[in-house]
Amino acid sequence: MSEAKQDKVVRVASGQGFWGDWLEAPRRQVEGGPVDYLMLDYLAEVTMSIVQKQKERDPRMGYARDFIGAMESVFPAVAERGVKVIANAGGVNPMACADAVLAAADKAGVRGKIRIGVVTGDDILDRLDTLLADGHELKNMDTGEPLAGIRDRVLSANAYIGSTPIVEALQRGANVVVTGRSTDTSLTMAPLRHEFGWAADDWNALAAGIVAGHILECGAQCSGGNCLHDWRNIPDLANVGYPIAEARADGSFVITKHPGTGGRVSIPSVTEQLVYEMGDPHAYITPDVVADFTSIQLAADGENRVRVHGITGAPPTPFLKVSIAYRAGFKAVGSLVYSWPDAMEKAQLADRVLRERLDRLGLRFDQVLSEFVGATSTHGPLAGDGRDAPEVQYRIGVRGGDRAAVERFTREIAPLVLNGPPSVTGFAGGRPKVEEIVAYWPALLDKRAVSTAVTIVE
Amino acid sequence: MKVRLLDIAHARSGDKGDTANVGLIALRPEWYTVLDRYVTRDAVAKHFEGQITGSVIRFELPNLQALNFLLHGALDGGGTLSLKTDAQGKVYSTALLRLVVDVPDAEAATLGLPAAS
Repeated sequence: MSEAKQDKVVRVASGQGFWGDWLEAPRRQVEGGPVDYLMLDYLAEVTMSIVQKQKERDPRMGYARDFIGAMESVFPAVAERGVKVIANAGGVNPMACADAVLAAADKAGVRGKIRIGVVTGDDILDRLDTLLADGHELKNMDTGEPLAGIRDRVLSANAYIGSTPIVEALQRGANVVVTGRSTDTSLTMAPLRHEFGWAADDWNALAAGIVAGHILECGAQCSGGNCLHDWRNIPDLANVGYPIAEARADGSFVITKHPGTGGRVSIPSVTEQLVYEMGDPHAYITPDVVADFTSIQLAADGENRVRVHGITGAPPTPFLKVSIAYRAGFKAVGSLVYSWPDAMEKAQLADRVLRERLDRLGLRFDQVLSEFVGATSTHGPLAGDGRDAPEVQYRIGVRGGDRAAVERFTREIAPLVLNGPPSVTGFAGGRPKVEEIVAYWPALLDKRAVSTAVTIVE
Repeated sequence: MKVRLLDIAHARSGDKGDTANVGLIALRPEWYTVLDRYVTRDAVAKHFEGQITGSVIRFELPNLQALNFLLHGALDGGGTLSLKTDAQGKVYSTALLRLVVDVPDAEAATLGLPAAS
């Protein structure tokens, strides 16, 4: 490797950890100091079904609309300073998303300077029956059940795709890459693979890119946000700095944040993010590579700098993960607050009264769950019995296939204010809303059944 | 000596379907051996008895001075199906930190472990 290549540093900044994350973050990342790429992760499992419903109502919708505002806030950096943006904001309609970005670029007077690479091919909804007919079973990875049981309730179906089409878009000169269900980690790994020319079988380098992606994919959750370690002393969270990976060709990188921002990048803050949503640490499976999290070495590298190195990887599996969203009945959750004295006993009495009424109404649910917030709702009996709690929120939820039964349940909570146990308040929000449940069906699909494409629009 | 995990470790948890994961990280590198020796799969399964419906799996990450626990059947169905306040298992982390383990006095003294109050 030439010395120049070894010295080259590529800076990938994380500007969004989910759809709904801090609107200020993307602009702060491109204005707070030098960055080469801005990575925006918008998609969670629940998001795909939401955007699918939006697309059904309006064929020009179906993507993360926050992304358009984010782009408007970073257009100067992209158009004038060469910062590139990579986002899985495309949802189930990446082309419409790109069109909306171009329209916004037009308005901002930068249209001629925006070249968008649109990645498609992850959406397999229209191909589901063909895939099934061809022998792809798409069995539920957790339960082993065949897809046939829920086929008529499917809302969306997407394969998690990897870094290759994003790399292609960058090679073709895109300065904005919009994808659908690309894996969160590939949004960070792809620009590194592109910049350093990592081979498709350079497992250690690719795994390093994935680990960098895992650290960045939840935004500030690695730079002081939601950090339990020494949380009282983490400075200036109001001004929290989102993370930046400064990567090198050898697969090592430094996690840091812009000077003058709040939060903290430390070995503990990075470690907390590394273990987040972890399965088997020896095999963090992605479409491009299987990363070994037991190989990761962390070292302090100055204030708010953590060096990450030593990462190893192995060849990927022949499968892609598929996420299928399907309608799974209805739910509603309501609550009341009971105060001292004997708050917990009153809340428990309310629960017995309400359940008896539901029984007498003959309402049937798949599940009824009662919780006592302020006492045992999150830690259960580990938290004691709640007898000393000065106030308790009684929270009850039901779930089932019969919408009418769930509706009827929502009418049973408010009456307790006048006809149940005393010292009750906290009902101002009114009757709970009935929500349709969209559940997830994780499955595996032979990689050869999915082909991605890149379209350049400008 | 009784040692509470909150005093020697920090943690973060998350979800995958109906499984919660808890990453348990030693507050000092030398305390990892305490986690490794005494926070066994069985100890964690017993700690969460009645709260989870499935098994517990443990993985070791000595490079990060951390253990990773998978708690199956921890989220009342998980994801959007779950009616729980903590449907995504975000605070199973602190629930694990309530665990108190027995460490031989000599070992606890050598490592400077704080005693559970």
